[in-house]
Amino acid sequence: MGKSLFEKVWDAHTVRTLSNGQTQLLIGTHLIHEVTSPQAFGMLRDLGLKVAYPHRTFATVDHIVPTDQRVEPFADPLADAMIKELRKNCEEFGVTFFDIPTGKQGIVHVVGPEQGITQPGTTIACGDSHTSTHGAFGAIAFGIGTTQIRDLLATQTMALGKLKVRKIEVNGKLRPGVYAKDVILHIIRKLGVKGGTGYAYEYAGEIFDNFSMEERMTVCNMSIEGGARVGYVNPDEKTFEYLKGRPYSPKGADWDAAVERWKSFASDADCDYDDVVEIDAADIAPTVTWGINPAQAITIEETIPTVEGSSEDEKANTAEALEYMKLEGGAAIKGTKVDVCFVGSCTNGRLSDFEEVAKYLKGHKVAEGIKAIAVPGSQVVDVICREKGIDKVFTEAGFEWRGAGCSMCLAMNPDKLIGDQLSASSSNRNFKGRQGSPIGRTVLMSPVMVAAAAITGVISDSREVFDIKETVGA
Amino acid sequence: MALEKITQVKGQGVYIPGDEIDTDRIIPARFMKCVTFDTMGEYLFYDVRKNEDGSDKPHPLNDERFKNASILLSGVNFGCGSSREHAPQAIYRYGFRGIIAQSYAEIFFGNCTTLGIPCFIATKDDIKTIAAAIEADPSLEITLDVENERIHFGDQSVTAVVRDTAQKALVAGKWDMIGELREAADEVAAIVGKLGYEAK
Repeated sequence: MGKSLFEKVWDAHTVRTLSNGQTQLLIGTHLIHEVTSPQAFGMLRDLGLKVAYPHRTFATVDHIVPTDQRVEPFADPLADAMIKELRKNCEEFGVTFFDIPTGKQGIVHVVGPEQGITQPGTTIACGDSHTSTHGAFGAIAFGIGTTQIRDLLATQTMALGKLKVRKIEVNGKLRPGVYAKDVILHIIRKLGVKGGTGYAYEYAGEIFDNFSMEERMTVCNMSIEGGARVGYVNPDEKTFEYLKGRPYSPKGADWDAAVERWKSFASDADCDYDDVVEIDAADIAPTVTWGINPAQAITIEETIPTVEGSSEDEKANTAEALEYMKLEGGAAIKGTKVDVCFVGSCTNGRLSDFEEVAKYLKGHKVAEGIKAIAVPGSQVVDVICREKGIDKVFTEAGFEWRGAGCSMCLAMNPDKLIGDQLSASSSNRNFKGRQGSPIGRTVLMSPVMVAAAAITGVISDSREVFDIKETVGA
Repeated sequence: MALEKITQVKGQGVYIPGDEIDTDRIIPARFMKCVTFDTMGEYLFYDVRKNEDGSDKPHPLNDERFKNASILLSGVNFGCGSSREHAPQAIYRYGFRGIIAQSYAEIFFGNCTTLGIPCFIATKDDIKTIAAAIEADPSLEITLDVENERIHFGDQSVTAVVRDTAQKALVAGKWDMIGELREAADEVAAIVGKLGYEAK
């Protein structure tokens, strides 16, 4: 019997079994940011410990960074204290910091792949649940808490329980105007927000084979929204092509050896999965959330669920969601008025997201009264968009083009909803209060759907708004 | 590092009904703008407990009857969403020492165990029974028996699960793993070399 990529990577990184039965696992790459690491460095100091492998830890600043005014000191003294604390910790402990002046700053899950730090067959951890993003490269990547960050800084290892593996196979052909974001929202809707608890998700089948690396990242990114801590796609030629020539990718003879090693980690054809789920790509339509967790999603053509129509277990959750979202069960989601439109985040703040939206946005104008912001995931994405004139397409349509950061995904910076504003968002979470206002409302969707909402002022079917008849992108 | 062996947790309980209570709700993101966890307890469930002017909303944690509670009861997939340890830190610093829920999100569960907070998994019916007992008598003492995986309340008791590795770790006083992890430095160095993680 063969082995899955998860098992191969797990076995290669196992140091030993601990007294509580967990595995001590070597983590090859540790990514850190300003929100979840300062307390870990504090604990390290209290214990008088050093960072064991400083060259395997990489830092950036993303959550608290303002996306408009980026000159220090930041207007918010707390945010200013956090960037300075990270800078100090990186200097003191010898950690590489992609600070704002380096031109490489950005959302940690955009920066890692972009710099070639994220590599197949490796283990990665970061104090952020969307670390699952890096699985797009065939890495096993875990979101962790701050005490585990301390463990990792001090030992380059963590105590973990082994996960089961569920293969999610999506075959067939995606319909026109259906994107990676719709694929993952469809999967979460089908399997539930806790369906992945205890599992790593292996995404397989034609759809993922054909996806670009950026599309794979969008899907892996939201694995955690389905309860799976880890999600991954087996590495292939597309993976290697993406990594070739990146700053931290192996060079020369090392490159060829690395590719051989990376290939060896892919799941064997005869490996045994704990579970297999098959999905027909033709069943997936542009999908939007209507509730307060990412599984509360429907296609743009469907009506909002009713309390009466929900299962016994779901009735209370449906009622709570409808009340919070101020939506009516049984009504169409299409036509719901929006106030804010946000393209960005670690889910959909990559170059291809802005390229795809720009393709359709040209010649359109953002509807009156709508605040629309486009926030590149990294400074590198920003520069490329500017070189290609993509920023101009957005600004001419009426979007604000901002500096790199997490922005309005979780609103730990000045970008926040006000009152009960409703946001059409390309981000990953529609939790209560997620976008900065305790009563703010979030509707998740693909970036092209956000653009459609921006120019019509209501939740819309992007296929109608942009006359999408043929598959573009995917 | 010698740690307390957590074999039993005793205290009064409070029931916070609802499923999928995410870590953004447990501690809203804006309160994470800090470099220590010291103040986290003050902001536990802030947006569902407080109005914008800081006055209280109706919420079990604002109910005088449950102000001494140190055991929290909730529903399905408690602690889902963000990996922020700020959430279990807020729960701990507010004064909670144990949680009972139908299920937990993976990262949250691990974070709690590392802080020495046992997370008991109980059935919906058992949680309802305990909640009703607390409602009838808020001063009722609940005992979380980590060693035997049982919950005692008044003259009743139910079986509840504390996942195996967490149970072992808590009972043995090995829930904070750093000491044990550090023992294997040589083995770690060997694998680092073998897998090519050395400096470029």
